[in-house]
Amino acid sequence: MSIDILIPLLAAAVQSGTPILYATLGEIFTERSGILNLGVEGIMIIGALTGFLVAKITGNPYLAFIAAGFAGTCAASIHGIVCLVFQGNQVVSGLALTILGVGLANYLGTSYVGVSTPGFQPLPIPLLAQIPVLGPIFFSQDLLVYFTYIIPFLMWLFLYNTRFGLSLRAAGEYPAAATAAGLNVVGYRWLGVLGGGFFMGLGGAYLSLAYTHLWTNNLTAGRGWIAVALVIFAFWRPTRAVFGAYLFGGIMALQLRLQASGTQIPSSLLLMLPYALTVAVLVLASWRRGKTDEPGALGTNIVPAE
Amino acid sequence: MSAIRIVKRQEPLGWSSFFVLVAAIVLSLLLSAVILVIGGTPPVEGITVLFKGAFGSRFAFEDALLKATPIFLCSLGVALAFKLKVWNIGAEGQYALGAVGATWMALSFPNAPAWLLLPAMIAMAVAAGGVWGFIPALLRQKLKTNEIIVTLMMNYIAILFLDYLVYGIWKDPASFGFPMTAEFSEAAIVGRIGATNFSWGLVHCLFLGVLFWVFISFSRIGFEIKASGDNVRAARYAGIPYDRLVMLVMALSGALAGWAGFLEASSTVNRLQPSIMAGYGYTAIVVAWLARLNPLFIGIASFMLAGLRVGVEGLQLDLQVPAAFGGIIEGLILLTVLAGGLFSNYRMVWVRKKT
Repeated sequence: MSIDILIPLLAAAVQSGTPILYATLGEIFTERSGILNLGVEGIMIIGALTGFLVAKITGNPYLAFIAAGFAGTCAASIHGIVCLVFQGNQVVSGLALTILGVGLANYLGTSYVGVSTPGFQPLPIPLLAQIPVLGPIFFSQDLLVYFTYIIPFLMWLFLYNTRFGLSLRAAGEYPAAATAAGLNVVGYRWLGVLGGGFFMGLGGAYLSLAYTHLWTNNLTAGRGWIAVALVIFAFWRPTRAVFGAYLFGGIMALQLRLQASGTQIPSSLLLMLPYALTVAVLVLASWRRGKTDEPGALGTNIVPAE
Repeated sequence: MSAIRIVKRQEPLGWSSFFVLVAAIVLSLLLSAVILVIGGTPPVEGITVLFKGAFGSRFAFEDALLKATPIFLCSLGVALAFKLKVWNIGAEGQYALGAVGATWMALSFPNAPAWLLLPAMIAMAVAAGGVWGFIPALLRQKLKTNEIIVTLMMNYIAILFLDYLVYGIWKDPASFGFPMTAEFSEAAIVGRIGATNFSWGLVHCLFLGVLFWVFISFSRIGFEIKASGDNVRAARYAGIPYDRLVMLVMALSGALAGWAGFLEASSTVNRLQPSIMAGYGYTAIVVAWLARLNPLFIGIASFMLAGLRVGVEGLQLDLQVPAAFGGIIEGLILLTVLAGGLFSNYRMVWVRKKT
């Protein structure tokens, strides 16, 4: 493969990986507090629709992007209410939230299918974009991609180097001990759920505002589930999530390019690639299981004391 | 000063939990009505059309039974895995492969007699669905992979494989370009009971439902499933071969969904086409949870949710409500019922705080 093909492909990989990266970071943030949220797919698509609609109505993509984050937080709060207030099963609640979110987005978006929206365009960074190879791949993207060069680092800083982050991780690791130490575990879990939902919403908004620029049914197409898998691949570490997300972005970009090149391989088989890769990545992550940061109390509710 | 505290119940709530269930479903319907308003549909008319379309006519009743069949079988499968606390989210894909397996037999032996062909189709459907359930179980027990994500990803793969077949090598040359196989031979079709409109598939459901109940209640494996579902470590300590049990249960779980795929292809559409992928495998999860994994309740809940699907189709025709509304109702019902579980498992007590 010559370099003229490879560079656009890698640039496309970064772009396709970005929505998954936002969602993966959101899920890491939530799971670190001990809450398993399988509603990522539903929350993402709600964010995607919110971003689309706000951009369509106001014409302001920045406002749309932020609004999508808050829509993600609102959607995630449903999971918080069911699991943290009503002690519902986290797996089932997340699944239900996905069914609800996908249904809601497809329902409210019906009249916009195929309609385009103003969004984000590539914004090459002066000087940096001139660097050979790295410039076109990393620094000729849109603003939302540049954000993701900093966010994983900031999240790592928050989780590992601040008091709040330590408390949030304690709520996910050993809630009983955290409670005994005087921490408000339920409060930190709420922070995990709502903060994580914000990033999932942003990931969805990236799809409608910067990736497709138009609305279609089932816009997220399983990316939320891939994000859940990537959390495991990333060993629950925000900085490792970057590699996983770009790997998936790469396979998605490759698959699209192969389809466009008029290959003999049927498109349904090409479309399988990301899903098959998810299984492969999970197997690999489990096989060579090193020291993961999997929260000890992940998915278990806090049972009220007698 | 006083405040409400929740305390775990010593014994789960009995009949009152039925009222909690009803209240949760009513609440979810009210929320659905609000969503109808947001979409610009008059809510009272909408809910009326929904229920009339769902349960208001003989046709609706027959259609609901038809849709309840795959939901019921997928849900039995899902419930079997859930009893073991293994999350099989893959009924949709196992159902797809069941339909593919059955179709393979039907297309390969167009001249075979029914007494030979139908059992062969069932066997292939059950095997294909079973393998699709077994793989995630094998990965889970050997490599500790997360079965939720693996089963889900395998859904996408199975559905795309079905697409690959009906858009490609299995496409009927006489279908004017539509992605579907040729119609099955007479011998490959599960027909209707006598002169009625009810498929023999209902009898299959009854048979498998009773078998499920007997298996869970009276067999040794059924006991092992219950014991391991309650406490894996204790079960292992008691000598139950947990790894093998998970793989067996997931294979059986997939086999039941595969059987559903067979019935849908053979009895309902008489061929293989992408439209059989209507999300029954996901509805089955909602059903299993609503029914608390009890086969009789699964039957009732399958019929109710199949009826809702028929009602949503009516809404689509009469009031142009998008089909996605069905997912909204299902999601809301599951969420409210889940939240309502608090009242069955805990009780509220007033605590007087010392001032």
